[in-house]
Amino acid sequence: MAEMIVESTVKVGILLGVILTVVAYLVWAERKVSSWMQDRIGPNRVGPAGLLQPLADGVKLIFKEDIIPINAYRPFYLLAPMLALVAALTAFAVIPFSTSFELFGRHIDVWIADVNIGLLYILAVTSLNVYGLILAGWASGSKYSLLGGLRAAAQVISYELALGFSLIGILMVTGSFRLHEVASQQAGGFWHWNIIAQPLAFLVFFVAGFAETNRLPFDLPEAEQELVAGYHTEYSSMKFAMFFMAEYTHMITISALTVLLFLGGWHPPFFDLTSMGWSTAVVALAHLGVFSVKLGFLLFLFIWVRWTLPRFRYDQLMNLGWKVLLPIALVNIAYVGIGIALNLPWLGGFVS
Amino acid sequence: MADGLMEFVTFCITTAVAIISALFVVFHRNPIVNAVALVLHLCCIAVFFLLLSAPFLAAVQIIVYAGAILVLFLFVVMLLDLRAEMSRLRGSGGQVVLASGAVAGLLALLGIALRRSRQTFGLDLSAGEGFGAPEQVARALFTGDMIAFELASILLLVALVGALMLTQAHADPKER
Amino acid sequence: MVATDYYLIVSAVLFTIGVLGVLVRRNAIVMFMSIELMLNAVNLTLVAYARQFGSVEGQVFVFFVMTVAAAEAAVGLAIILAIFRKRRSTDVDDASLMRW
Repeated sequence: MAEMIVESTVKVGILLGVILTVVAYLVWAERKVSSWMQDRIGPNRVGPAGLLQPLADGVKLIFKEDIIPINAYRPFYLLAPMLALVAALTAFAVIPFSTSFELFGRHIDVWIADVNIGLLYILAVTSLNVYGLILAGWASGSKYSLLGGLRAAAQVISYELALGFSLIGILMVTGSFRLHEVASQQAGGFWHWNIIAQPLAFLVFFVAGFAETNRLPFDLPEAEQELVAGYHTEYSSMKFAMFFMAEYTHMITISALTVLLFLGGWHPPFFDLTSMGWSTAVVALAHLGVFSVKLGFLLFLFIWVRWTLPRFRYDQLMNLGWKVLLPIALVNIAYVGIGIALNLPWLGGFVS
Repeated sequence: MADGLMEFVTFCITTAVAIISALFVVFHRNPIVNAVALVLHLCCIAVFFLLLSAPFLAAVQIIVYAGAILVLFLFVVMLLDLRAEMSRLRGSGGQVVLASGAVAGLLALLGIALRRSRQTFGLDLSAGEGFGAPEQVARALFTGDMIAFELASILLLVALVGALMLTQAHADPKER
Repeated sequence: MVATDYYLIVSAVLFTIGVLGVLVRRNAIVMFMSIELMLNAVNLTLVAYARQFGSVEGQVFVFFVMTVAAAEAAVGLAIILAIFRKRRSTDVDDASLMRW
């Protein structure tokens, strides 16, 4: 019992450290990639190739003046960024990063909790994100913030539906909510990956993922040209940083989910690492490497799309979420249902 | 042993938070604080469901209740732009005393009912391992209770259409 | 292992707080929230009994109660919105046209 607590605490500590570092360097990556795409250099003064820039940004944000507007409702004004960040980080409790392994006679799982409702837990926690937006918008005591908050909330809950529906096809095939089972069923080469079997589901999930994280082309709620900065207009210094961190953490969550559900998780596209005869710890490390490469590519895709596509108008956004993505997800469910009934071989594992 | 202790401590803390947030829902002036307190209360109920071997229901509770219904409540409260003064407690002091008396009576009645009907629920449960897992609930939903499931979806469709009809702004006052 | 009795007592207390809310508040939306409190207390009872008797039907019933609560909240709030448009007030004491 105590041993489980110690093990979980260590895992949580490592996970938090890794995730928050990745978030900080995602900011750097965003600025660098955007600068390359815009034919300029980007941050290159602080450290080699600007690699210490996140550190400088962090220090700057901590020392910035902490302004609280007079009309703000203080309890919720202070609670909202914390809620956003906590809801974004808690989703990582059930995400598996690699296969489990044996080390010094102990069996170690590379995830924090193995609950039988893994994917539902992530959906539940990410649906609590919307409260960070609404409370931030309302508690700031300003019209722009309220409008931005309501718009953001409407967008998030609309695309949550499409997100959930696109997952049903995967769940029908896998028969389990546990993410490591979904990932391990895609072993043995990239033709087993769910993106080949259910491309529509991947499309819907990824697009809905963009909308869930408020990233361009769906970032109307925080659009600079429209609503000053939407729901985080009135936030300064560390609270603003927490919103930013929450957004990037959410990006990592959606990317990790896409990798696990559609891109074969930690399995490499051509050969099977478990048949190499290595020890389980080395195999786990190799799997972690494959996972990280796929995750990195998806994060790059997020950044690439942001600096390429223009922003959606609000009615186009709502139209897309309700009238386009939702029907496509339903078609996908029908297709998977028929596929399971007809025993189509490329769909993958079957529920008995 | 330590397992039982952790469960008991979680139960006590969750009960305290649930009751306090319920009191906030009922007695605070600001309707947005009421709504957020209700969200906290719903999360406490979800924790209770987890303690009671109902993980699927806990997740559904947060996704549906806390993540959708309460967002609807918050939207309505913000769109109606209720001022805090509009949410005063009802009427004179006498009415509050009467209501509290009625509620105390109800609580006493529930306590008596609990006492009379109790079969001294000991620690022996009929629920085995894996009770309340999604597979089990899904099997019951899609085989035994299929009709109720379909009727519930029709109910939701009717509610959707009804809510849309009720909130349509009537552009032309002559046509209904 | 927390006995089922404790959950029933907690549920009774939460139910009565919900009843108190409906009786004492006169803002229609907050009355709705108190009704949600009552529904959740009943859900808690159902799940506690479901575990005690090992019957998953209790949990299925809770699932349907949540569905009905969602439908009721949507329609109820739509009605409140429609009334608010006419009267600019959500005070239930003001909506007393049909009282004799």
